[in-house]
Amino acid sequence: MKAARAVESGMGRAHATMPPADVASGAGFSAERVFALLLRQLYLYRRSMIRSLEIVYWPVMDLLVWGFLSVYVARLRGGGAVAIAFLVGAMILWDIFFRVQQAISVSFLEDIWTRNLANVFVSPISTGEFLCATMLLGVLKVIVIGLLLAVLASALYAFNIFHYGLPLLPFVLNLIFSAWGMGIITTALILRFGQGAEALAWAVAFLFQPFSAVFYPVQVLPAPLQAIAWTLPTTYAFEGMRAVLDGHPLPWGYVAWAIVTNAVLLGIAAAVFARVMRIARELGLLLRTEG
Amino acid sequence: MDHGTAAAAITVQHLSKRFGALVVVEDLSFSVAPGEIVGFLGPNGAGKTTTLGMLLGLLLPTRGRIHVLGLPMPEERQRILARVNFSSPYVALPGNLTVRENLTVFAHLYGVRHARQRIGALLERFGLSEMRDRPAGRLSSGESTRLGLVKALLNDPAILFLDEPTASLDPDAAERVRDTLREVRAERGVTIFYTSHNMQEVERLSDRILFLHQGRLIAEGPPGEVLRRFERDTLEHMFLDVARQGISAP
Repeated sequence: MKAARAVESGMGRAHATMPPADVASGAGFSAERVFALLLRQLYLYRRSMIRSLEIVYWPVMDLLVWGFLSVYVARLRGGGAVAIAFLVGAMILWDIFFRVQQAISVSFLEDIWTRNLANVFVSPISTGEFLCATMLLGVLKVIVIGLLLAVLASALYAFNIFHYGLPLLPFVLNLIFSAWGMGIITTALILRFGQGAEALAWAVAFLFQPFSAVFYPVQVLPAPLQAIAWTLPTTYAFEGMRAVLDGHPLPWGYVAWAIVTNAVLLGIAAAVFARVMRIARELGLLLRTEG
Repeated sequence: MDHGTAAAAITVQHLSKRFGALVVVEDLSFSVAPGEIVGFLGPNGAGKTTTLGMLLGLLLPTRGRIHVLGLPMPEERQRILARVNFSSPYVALPGNLTVRENLTVFAHLYGVRHARQRIGALLERFGLSEMRDRPAGRLSSGESTRLGLVKALLNDPAILFLDEPTASLDPDAAERVRDTLREVRAERGVTIFYTSHNMQEVERLSDRILFLHQGRLIAEGPPGEVLRRFERDTLEHMFLDVARQGISAP
């Protein structure tokens, strides 16, 4: 009777003994577990056209609005390719920073939204592997966004970011490091305060924007704000970008300060995340089945 | 009972968990032998989920010690979690990924070699082969529960932690899940530690029960023996008396 029911339902059809699974030990850092979390996000993009378009939609919109505005401003001033380069370059680099930071926070939110958080954290994933996967996702997004924006900027505004070559690379990398730091801190806050804090995933980057001298030089800011600006790694990246676009040699001083301030930011981010994970394990936040 | 760590699948010694002034689990000690099916019972708020969370390393104990497969939790969290697994109807797999995509992700998380064959065999066994390309969010409750069990068996776990494995299933589907759990235990010698509010199920499935009330263990033993001790006919009667009157072991 039981066998008949099982066959009818299709369940338990194969009564033959299951062969044992060949499984890795679980100890130590595992690139495969990092790949697993990355794959989980990549599946989402492969399956959803809307989600895939969203990666490029906002950056392209930004580029169009800021790009055409820069063209208009340049014409008002009687020309000036440098003005266009400053604004379009700043916009592209800003989007790199923003999208990487967002990729980290939103991939974590994805697990909260789908009630999958406990499944992930009862697997042998370590905190380092978890963060590594989200950071790599950010880099993959940057490659897609960066290439698309570079092509569009070249076609629409005759602004070829590759013309400036390697000198821009240290600033792009530093912006990615800054975004990792901010993304990790944002994720920690979402873990600590739940879905109520999810707006931070989109808002935190904009807290940096006014003080990072993204679209204007630091000298424009009032003196007290300039002091704040120079504590941010993003400021050195955007100031350095303007120097390179203006034809100056690579400002190594800015690169060095960007690295130092990013090291501090990433150190703080790691400490904050470790502390929040500890709190989460004390309060049962990883057992949450909703935000 | 001896709560030594040597041969036991799970050993819990003087475990307590407090959230501020609120005591959720108090001085809990028990052990589970390899291959045993143990039902973990108690009214809502008894501390079952909290205990399960501590066994899985999702929650840190305030006091006490846990050993799983002879290894201390949470110190050896990664090594333990590679050899156990968990399923709960309240913890979903991402509904926007297909059944196969979900299982592929978790196969990589657990380092399962030959994942494609393993996933195929488990889907076949649980009658989900036809659903492999369907988004997990479009499965019925019964299918979702079975998918959760497939995920939980991916790494051939030595211990299966299940939170209400038959909640929201109709009696037929629930019985099929119980049959499968018995088969898995018989074939692979898997230890099964599960919570349930279905007292008939607990009586039929468990080798032993642990009955928790207000964070304390009030009864432990084979279902029949516990019923005799409490002078009740069924676990359901015992459950109701504990929940409403807070009876304790005679």
